Amino acid sequence: MIDLLGYGAFFLVNALIFGVLCLGLNLQWGQTGLFNVGVAGFAAIGAYASAILTTPEAAERIGGFGWPILAGWLAAMLIAGAAAALVGLATLRLRADYLAMTTFGIAVTIQVVALNATALTGGPFGIAFIPRPFASLAETPIAFNAANLALTAAVVLGLFLVLETLTRSPWGRVLRAIREDEAAAASLGKSVNFYRLQAFAFGGAIMGLAGAMQAHFIGFIAPDNYLSILTFQVWAMLIVGGSGNNRGALIGAVVVWALWSLSSLAVGTFVAPAFQARAAALQIVAIGMALAVILLVRPRGLVGERATVSRDVEALHDEGAPAHEPVRD
Amino acid sequence: MTAPVALVARDIEAGYEPGLPIVKGATITVGHGEIVALLGPNGAGKSTLMKAIAGLVPISRGAVLLGDVDITRTAAHRMVRRGLAFVPQTENVFTTMSVEENLVLAGHIAPAGTRAARVAAMLALFPDLARQRRLAAGRLSGGQRQMLAVARALMIEPSVLMLDEPSAGLSPKLVGEVFAKLSEIRASGVTILLVEQNARAALAIADRAYILADGRNRHEGAAAALAADPDIAAHYLGLGGADAGVGGRIAP
Amino acid sequence: MSLQFLADGLFAGALIGLGAVGLTLTYSILRFSNFTHGDFISWGAYLALGVVSALTGWIGPAARFMPFSFGWPLIVGGLFAMALTGLLALALDAALFKPLRRTGHGIVMVIASFGASLALRAMLEFLFTSEPAYFSRAIQIAIPIGFGIRVTPDQAAMMGLALVVVIAMHLLLTRTHIGRSMRAVSENPALARVVGIDVAAVIRATWLIGGALACVSGIMLGLTVQIRPQMGFDLLLPLFAAAILGGIGSVWGAIIGGLIVGIAEAGAVQVIGSEYRSAVAFVLLIAMLLVRPRGLFGVREG
Repeated sequence: MIDLLGYGAFFLVNALIFGVLCLGLNLQWGQTGLFNVGVAGFAAIGAYASAILTTPEAAERIGGFGWPILAGWLAAMLIAGAAAALVGLATLRLRADYLAMTTFGIAVTIQVVALNATALTGGPFGIAFIPRPFASLAETPIAFNAANLALTAAVVLGLFLVLETLTRSPWGRVLRAIREDEAAAASLGKSVNFYRLQAFAFGGAIMGLAGAMQAHFIGFIAPDNYLSILTFQVWAMLIVGGSGNNRGALIGAVVVWALWSLSSLAVGTFVAPAFQARAAALQIVAIGMALAVILLVRPRGLVGERATVSRDVEALHDEGAPAHEPVRD
Repeated sequence: MTAPVALVARDIEAGYEPGLPIVKGATITVGHGEIVALLGPNGAGKSTLMKAIAGLVPISRGAVLLGDVDITRTAAHRMVRRGLAFVPQTENVFTTMSVEENLVLAGHIAPAGTRAARVAAMLALFPDLARQRRLAAGRLSGGQRQMLAVARALMIEPSVLMLDEPSAGLSPKLVGEVFAKLSEIRASGVTILLVEQNARAALAIADRAYILADGRNRHEGAAAALAADPDIAAHYLGLGGADAGVGGRIAP
Repeated sequence: MSLQFLADGLFAGALIGLGAVGLTLTYSILRFSNFTHGDFISWGAYLALGVVSALTGWIGPAARFMPFSFGWPLIVGGLFAMALTGLLALALDAALFKPLRRTGHGIVMVIASFGASLALRAMLEFLFTSEPAYFSRAIQIAIPIGFGIRVTPDQAAMMGLALVVVIAMHLLLTRTHIGRSMRAVSENPALARVVGIDVAAVIRATWLIGGALACVSGIMLGLTVQIRPQMGFDLLLPLFAAAILGGIGSVWGAIIGGLIVGIAEAGAVQVIGSEYRSAVAFVLLIAMLLVRPRGLFGVREG
């Protein structure tokens, strides 16, 4: 029973960290209509930045400044946000597709750097001994997990409140106006690209924070944690929860992470070790297909956007598919 | 045996979105060999009516007959096979293709053996284009582009040719040239329906005209009679006085 | 420094270019960047491998065309696999992209393609595991062709194949009705319909051709390196970079973009080592977007 509670707390910490990633993506995509296929890359930036700054000195690599965890988190946000701002500066003025390709490219590039800049990142072996919050409780897993759950939940709650306030503020209304009708927003005299850049950078910073939180909770990071599957999971969570809705983003994170963990557990329990790699592949196929089905059948997700936001979630950047091209007066 | 009329659009209701009709019950009839003009203030729905006939805007009520064939639900890309050609107002040529490629592309539904002759006939009809046949259509002047759009439409030897504001953006001299060409085309037996803002030029070559306002028929009659009616001219055609402006421009 | 890197870069570039041609076609006609294109490459290679194995299993091993590592089964199998990959693309369109197209939201198709890409790749891992596979175990001797450059016969054959395919694509787009229709739809879908072009048919043709071209890249890569479920996905960033570099919609642009990416990667390997090879495409992509987003030969602004 105690074990189960401990696992429950452990599960929730992980799910809520995914929830933070989802909140970041929701700010970019759900609120502002900015497409980001490089979620894993921004999470990696945050994770590595915080890990390098907070770990104790290590002979084999640069870094190990022994900063406090909180300072590491803030630096993670700052650096990931700056990276997002740079990507945004290069591509936000272009078609949405170019942002997609660029964010995809940055995720690949960060993966390559993490893998090869051994002096900084530890290469394929990653960085270990990342300080964990409440490490003194590590002897009793339930206390450790519960304390981390409290911390993570507090961060999520704070972030949620900030984002909700922002969503309702004039700033949030401008973002949605841009998402719904860029031309109309521009005609109101709003500098469309500057607002989009702010949203994209802030979203990137939130992803960086999530990456750092995860790194510190697990205590160990490696390049393999930041493959495109991570980006895909976060997208699946946001789509399931319903983009444009912060509450939906969090619910989606918990639901999808639960499904994912359960199916992993099932694979681990019921599949012979020789076939586990194959079964894991099938698990990804199933989730990929589930995402496609949700996009087809329930494009607004399970929770969907609330009425404060006007009806069409995906309307921005609609380039008009050929069969649908409206010819107007 | 030929049908009594070339084109009938009866009681048409059409619009881009369900429940928001722009054309709200308009009826027009075009006889064989006629030039008929579709006039009216901005936002009257005349362009939308033409696009609905061409199959580009969904029709929610009414029927369109081309000769005696019902084409109400015919897909836009099948219209040329039925003999109905349409020249949109803007972006009506493929700018990245040469003049000749534009014509060849449009002629693909003609029997293989006749296509080259058809292209040659068009280049003979529009000598200006013949000189520029290898030029990318995007580099043609506005008037030449309009001529190419008409030539492209004629490639299929249509029974009815529809043009959406052929005078738009052209200098008065070019408008004269284009409209003279249309008269020439009509003389060869092609029925013409055109939407025009430039009511004076349109009424000068049209046999009859319909005036639409707010998506419905408002007036119709012989072109000369409409042009002579000072009330109509002032209210609907912008020929005198201020544009009555029934409704604003339809927001895209 | 040996000039070998130029030859390697040209070869990799031809392969990237071929993939980018398919990507640029689907992008300009369907109006979304299709993340499954890389996985069509992997599927093309595995499908070819499957047909070749079936053929040789059925009638026994065939003689190689000396000095190449392959015989007629690969040629027959390749043609089959091209058709099958085209059909795979068509099936994915019917199941996923076509219904999404009806709702008219272009960017949702990109998300869907991202999900489908992962599923397609995982499906290959499920079927074939992530162990590399090979068309042939035959060892190829690289032949010196001067300037200190050596190429294997297979590489030379594949370069020839790439050239033939590109010329065929050029002729298709400029001399045939379906090719002109594809250009027409990419420029102005509404006008294309007015001119009598069946846009749905053009979209089908585009998927078939894009899939077949992806298959050719997959076979080239499989024959000269190895076949892995990840192979196409790993190629995706260079493909995007090549398509953007050349200008979306331009076939020759995609080829030249591919060659630039290939040679730049090979050059970078000389200078900074092979570890950062995959970042080169990203740098080129960003640089192009900053300097000239419509690409070298693009007709439309992004």
